[in-house]
Amino acid sequence: MNAHNSVSRRALLTGGLAGGFLLAFHLPLRAAANEPVQRDVTDGKFAPNAFIRIDGTGRTVLMMPQVEMGQGTYTSISAVIAEELDADWSKVEVQHAPPNDKLYGNPTFGLQVTGNSNSIRAWWLPLRKAGATARAMLVQAAASQWGVEPASCTASKGVVTHAASGRTLGYGELALAAQGQTPPKDVAVKDPKDFVLIGQPLKRLDTPDKVNGKALYGIDAILPGMKIAAIANCPVFGGKVGKVDDSAATKVAGVRKVVVLDDAVAVIGDHMWAATKGLEALKIEWNEGPNAEITTKDIWDDLRKASQKDGAVAKSDGDIAKALASGDRFEAAFELPFLAHASMEPINATVHVRPDACEIWTGTQIMTRVQSEAAKAAGLPVDKVIVNQHLLGGGFGRKLEPDMAVAAVKIAKQVDYPVKVVWTREEDIQHDVYRPVYRDQITASLVDGKVAGWKYKVAGSAVLARWLPPAFQKGIDIDAIDAAVDAPYDFANFHVEYVRAEPLSVPTGFWRGVGPNNNVFAVECAMDELARKAGKDPIEFRKSMLTKNPRMLAVLNQVAEKSGWGQPLPPRVGRGVCVQPSFASFIATVVEAEIDDIGEITLRRVTSVVDTGIAVNPDTVKAQIEGGLIFGLTAALYGEITIDKGRVQQSNFHDYRMMRINETPKIEVVVVKSGEAPGGIGEAGVNAGPPALRNAIYAATGVALRRLPIDRKLLAAGKKA
Amino acid sequence: MHMATTLTINGETKSFDAPPDMPLLWVLRDILGMTGTKFGCGIAQCGACTVHVDGKAVRSCVLPVSAVANRAITTIEHVGSTPAGAKVQKAWLDAEVVQCGYCQSGQIMAAAALLAATPNPDDSDIDAAMAGNICRCGTYVRIREAIKHAANGRQS
Repeated sequence: MNAHNSVSRRALLTGGLAGGFLLAFHLPLRAAANEPVQRDVTDGKFAPNAFIRIDGTGRTVLMMPQVEMGQGTYTSISAVIAEELDADWSKVEVQHAPPNDKLYGNPTFGLQVTGNSNSIRAWWLPLRKAGATARAMLVQAAASQWGVEPASCTASKGVVTHAASGRTLGYGELALAAQGQTPPKDVAVKDPKDFVLIGQPLKRLDTPDKVNGKALYGIDAILPGMKIAAIANCPVFGGKVGKVDDSAATKVAGVRKVVVLDDAVAVIGDHMWAATKGLEALKIEWNEGPNAEITTKDIWDDLRKASQKDGAVAKSDGDIAKALASGDRFEAAFELPFLAHASMEPINATVHVRPDACEIWTGTQIMTRVQSEAAKAAGLPVDKVIVNQHLLGGGFGRKLEPDMAVAAVKIAKQVDYPVKVVWTREEDIQHDVYRPVYRDQITASLVDGKVAGWKYKVAGSAVLARWLPPAFQKGIDIDAIDAAVDAPYDFANFHVEYVRAEPLSVPTGFWRGVGPNNNVFAVECAMDELARKAGKDPIEFRKSMLTKNPRMLAVLNQVAEKSGWGQPLPPRVGRGVCVQPSFASFIATVVEAEIDDIGEITLRRVTSVVDTGIAVNPDTVKAQIEGGLIFGLTAALYGEITIDKGRVQQSNFHDYRMMRINETPKIEVVVVKSGEAPGGIGEAGVNAGPPALRNAIYAATGVALRRLPIDRKLLAAGKKA
Repeated sequence: MHMATTLTINGETKSFDAPPDMPLLWVLRDILGMTGTKFGCGIAQCGACTVHVDGKAVRSCVLPVSAVANRAITTIEHVGSTPAGAKVQKAWLDAEVVQCGYCQSGQIMAAAALLAATPNPDDSDIDAAMAGNICRCGTYVRIREAIKHAANGRQS
């Protein structure tokens, strides 16, 4: 057991939103980082603020305000705090913070939420200051013990040193005295050139227990007396339970109870096998309601119609009407499907409702919302709901919703023992909160080989209007248009509109890569078609319009070199490029793909060059881009949720396919050195894959695909756009 | 109907009552409390539930418990005590393969079975042995690298 195992059962049981868009938007919510620092006096410990606990042995426990779902944030956040604290990295342990927006709310949102690739962006300065403040108090404590000036002392690796006298004191020895120090009002943070942890490829703190089965996800919660429930949600969105005949189900060995909710039925059993067998034995009549005949075609007919309307203007520079009246005109619509999240850990929540309290064990991206929604469902005050956060077996935005916890509370209310509600994969796929369908229309004009006018209209669901209503203003969903208004190119006449169009009956939510997924796809596909219209190489064409964007230009130049851009390729092999400004990172990607005569696609090679500012952990940045690319390419190759008779047609990995190791190309990710503030990285790779692949197919076959997922039938030999 | 069942898991004898058609996955997780083996799909499509039966990688989510009496079952909790499993775990950490980690129990079990049978796998051996294991975080590039690293036995 090493020093970092506090993510395991012992500790846990005892215890895409946007790149640019939020920079331009002030949420009318309290930002936790602006609150006065809370002194948490814990016996025998130095607890200078909500994030740092140092005991008499020097054991340094850091409280994680953001959740770990694979993106490596526990390690990166710890490195940011430990850097300024000058902590001994080998003594650092992490613990998940309890739900508390005031102490742990993400400074961008004022909510304890992990999303939008902004853990490091939002906490970069507040956590450095938290670390530096604690360090200053430890130094003051040592200096006062020695009767010297604090300025004459240094700190490094958990030890304060007075060089002039050769004296040293460890942070553990100083913990009690430091707790009595007055925190400095405004503490300086380090010059990046002095970083010793930030910028290093530190080994992740959460991985040792993830290779030996010890790591605990929500689904691994085990409590005394606990039973397991399987759930059937109404297959039609918005439908309700009608009649339930449980006579056969209650006879299944191991079944304890059948629980009928308004829109779902659950069977509680001694184990998942009994619960699922019991569920299969139920005869449920659903009141399917008004959505029982809806099909994918109805939804697309609606969206295409809605997208003809004028939208709310999100940005308008220059004279777009005049610019579009001149030159060579280009017009295209790009369409993206519904997608499920399909985290490898199926949806689950464990709940024990006691007369005076409700306790929850789960892995969520939104702890405080789970707490408050569970309180409503339990009929208890918020402070009577305890949420025990676990590692997430993938989140990807699905776990920004509290629905699974709410349903589990409703089930657990009917029994006096703890219940773990586990969704089958089929329930997970068919009762998701889906990435919306989008229809993005781009109209542009070319004059002298450059874009003279660019009009971009996004039509699709406003996820933010539901999820964070104050952020939805003037009819504009700032997520849906995030990378549309933030296009990296010099477009003198530049107009962006948004049409809110909610799909019939299908619930929509955030999906890894969020709004930039639709924007980067549409922009980069259109740019490739415009390049061809202008008779230019796709990279040269882009470069000519990146004159005001040196960071983007630099990564684009570098990816051209690293990917072998321009070197000869066999027939039906192509390279495609994508340039993206998402999540305040600057990324250029080249995908090389081969399309066989029947239209099947082989990914040969992917190269990404990434300028994310200061890379807190460069190896994590690489890993996130590698994984993000695969996530996005998976969607481009296979991802589509379709609706018939008001219900989702896909159900498991046989018909909602994932990329597998044998389909995975070589991936090279280059992280450039930068002194700029850190950008977001967890979602950025997702944005890059689909347009770069689509453009590679365009180069290889001449077919300009306008929809995802890729339709192989359009790519058979001899087909042209 | 429940039956008294005895299995040999990680070298230990375990006795419990379970229906004979109950998949080994749920016996491990819900009866024996061994949560390292994961539920992913329930239809042998994702490999998250992979364990070893007599050294071979199998999907425990579709394996009735009645089919594995008198067989040697090894799970992620114990695979580190086999030479191939220990090498794989170390290579996984050296290559920093893991992201969310949920699928990695299954990936490691599949890779350990591969290396035990094929000490020096080439890319097509790796594809054949590992294509049944989905990783939603997309760690495949590093899985391939780690398997090669484990096969070469390099210590870093």
